[in-house]
Amino acid sequence: MRGVRSVDEVGADERAASLAKRSIKKASKLWALDLAVRCMDLTTLEGSDTPGKVTALCAKAIRPKPGDPTIPSVAAICVYPARVADAVEHLRGSKVHVASVATAFPSGQSFLSIKVAETEDAVRAGADEIDMVIDRGAFLSGDYQRVYDEIVSVKEACGKAHLKVILETGELGSYDAVRRASILAMAAGADFIKTSTGKVQPAATLPVSLVMMEAIRDFVRETGRPVGFKAAGGIRTSKQAIAYCVLLYETLGSDWMTPELFRLGASTLLNDVLMQIDKERTGVYQSGDYFTID
Amino acid sequence: MAIAKKQSAALAKQVFEYAPAPEAIDHVHVDPGYGLFIGGKMVEPHSKKRFPTINPATEKKLAEVSEADAVDVDKAVKSAARAFESWSHLAPSKRARYLFRISRLIQERARELAVVETMDGGKPIKESRDVDIPLSAAHFFYYAGWADKLEWAFPNRKPRPLGVAGQVIPWNFPLLMLAWKIAPALAAGNTVVLKPAETTPLSAMVFAEICMQAELPPGVVNIVTGAGKTGSLLVEHPGVKKVAFTGSTEVGKLIQRALAGTGKKLTLELGGKAANIVFEDAPLDQAVEGIVNGIYFNQGHVCCAGSRLLVQESIAEPLMEKLKRRLSTLRLGDPLDKNTDIGAINSRAQLEKIQGLVESGIEEGAELYQPECQLPERGFWFPPTLFTNVSQSYRIAREEIFGPVLSVLTFRTPAEAVEKANNTPYGLSAGVWTDKGSRILWMAERLRAGVVWANTFNRFDPTSPFGGYKESGFGREGGIHGLAAYLDLT
Repeated sequence: MRGVRSVDEVGADERAASLAKRSIKKASKLWALDLAVRCMDLTTLEGSDTPGKVTALCAKAIRPKPGDPTIPSVAAICVYPARVADAVEHLRGSKVHVASVATAFPSGQSFLSIKVAETEDAVRAGADEIDMVIDRGAFLSGDYQRVYDEIVSVKEACGKAHLKVILETGELGSYDAVRRASILAMAAGADFIKTSTGKVQPAATLPVSLVMMEAIRDFVRETGRPVGFKAAGGIRTSKQAIAYCVLLYETLGSDWMTPELFRLGASTLLNDVLMQIDKERTGVYQSGDYFTID
Repeated sequence: MAIAKKQSAALAKQVFEYAPAPEAIDHVHVDPGYGLFIGGKMVEPHSKKRFPTINPATEKKLAEVSEADAVDVDKAVKSAARAFESWSHLAPSKRARYLFRISRLIQERARELAVVETMDGGKPIKESRDVDIPLSAAHFFYYAGWADKLEWAFPNRKPRPLGVAGQVIPWNFPLLMLAWKIAPALAAGNTVVLKPAETTPLSAMVFAEICMQAELPPGVVNIVTGAGKTGSLLVEHPGVKKVAFTGSTEVGKLIQRALAGTGKKLTLELGGKAANIVFEDAPLDQAVEGIVNGIYFNQGHVCCAGSRLLVQESIAEPLMEKLKRRLSTLRLGDPLDKNTDIGAINSRAQLEKIQGLVESGIEEGAELYQPECQLPERGFWFPPTLFTNVSQSYRIAREEIFGPVLSVLTFRTPAEAVEKANNTPYGLSAGVWTDKGSRILWMAERLRAGVVWANTFNRFDPTSPFGGYKESGFGREGGIHGLAAYLDLT
């Protein structure tokens, strides 16, 4: 792993900043916002989550804007393992996926047996996507083998469920480490690599996402296996969401602009996107009261 | 509703494509005709002659500017000489005050200047907006700070201004080159007569307005427009004590010949054929950005452009693949569109020069690569171009193309990289890409170039001196070194 090519931090920051300056207007803006909805993992990860809260979120996921069929469903609901059954029940018949965080989210500081068991239970409860965290303790102490083996075990426990591997880039300390962790996760079998848990600051940033996308590009070149990218944490505005779309488009290309290979994990982004879609269509902003707050 | 639903389904199938995002131009006023800026006001030229300046992206005429003849140039130099009497004796802190004022006015009128620069020169608005104009303001800010500290800049040297500076600037960074020339000259207590390039005089005309707005004493800055003839009248005028020229090596040699024995101080900033050297341990994705920024920035109209890419052979294949992929994402088109990466070639003459050199590359046996790219019908355009299989002896590896054309060569060892990089009559800049700090220093010691960038390229700052070795000229602009050229330090 130490042989993985390095990343120049100044250059990566600069490239991300220059892409953030792209001016996305009119039809292209609507397209990006529509994509943001289709690729959204609507998330609630709180100690206070209840069946009622999850039920409401499921309704929002299927029909983000009641009365407006032009707004597509989101890609998935993302919840804690204990809430998976509630989500499965209320999403039945829809195309919205159920994603569950697992493996001692968010710290990952537990026993492998528990992580595997948690994953198996979540899948058994009906989750078809698993968002695992890597063991940053092992990664930062240089025990890459342990991180790798753990991902392999969890992937196995997933069965048919898709595995997203959270790197928690805010704890990795450098872009070199982000790139190394990305390659490690993909080599171990990740279907997606994901920036953050949302519980650590900084969460997703554009340069970190750029570094991960570039790692994906190199991995695909070597292996031919496409791996998805998920940004999560701190993405609250349409403008941010559009910036991620631009980054994706200019780094991985149009092929990645689909929910199969791109996700935005967010809890409060959706209504801002809906508001901007309305603004783009009608030319005026609607009051927040016209957007449901599930 | 049904139609809307259809639209949404259609959206999902379409590819992402940026809608046009043109910068507004209605806030910009361009006069139909401009005079010469002499003695603090715009005056009609004695020559009575005017020539058009066009937008190279549309070939439409933007305005007519005056062609200064010998009488006009003489008038300008005399006005500068008169102004020198009082300007050179003005309290240095007061000189600084004028420079700060100019800098702030450039910032205030930044949007207008950016649009004018883009319309007249063809460069993308994102570059004039984010690079040219902010850097121009920064130069005035920087040298304003030095105006009352010359004794500290050159301790025990008694710095004294020279007199009238005759300055001739090129068309690639019109306002920025104006700032590089005028800011240190005025800070040091000189007065100037400046001649902008004939294809890009408009931002200098806006700058003349800024001088009036700043209530700069009449004659401290004079601007005469015209072509090469006007330039030679200016540099050869006996009233000029110091000549500063940025442009081609060919013209630089003519000037040096003409000035021999006159006692005039001279600085020349001329052509280049910079090597951008990528080692096998380099951060490749960032190196690709650096290569793109090195040669396709401002359509390659950059004297320090990284026009020769030297790649270590062991990574040539993956690097070329990445570079070609990146080239296909470059957006060529309307320079006023905020998403445009590559604008128009500055003039028909320059376009023909580029075409000629590219043809020579094909004839000599280099392999051409150009991404699929639709060129607009009107205006002067050239797609981003890459040559592989290039030998040191090919014209495209030796001559300055001054266009978006990159020649790729390979090397095996650091020593070979140095040898190939230095094997050129030029020596303006170089770039080194490696993860190894000691190698950067080792290379920088051996590269015969005025600027060596490490893991970056085409980065400019007013505090940093800039200038060349060998046929790239002599003298430095920027930093304290830039002040020295405008002072008598004997």
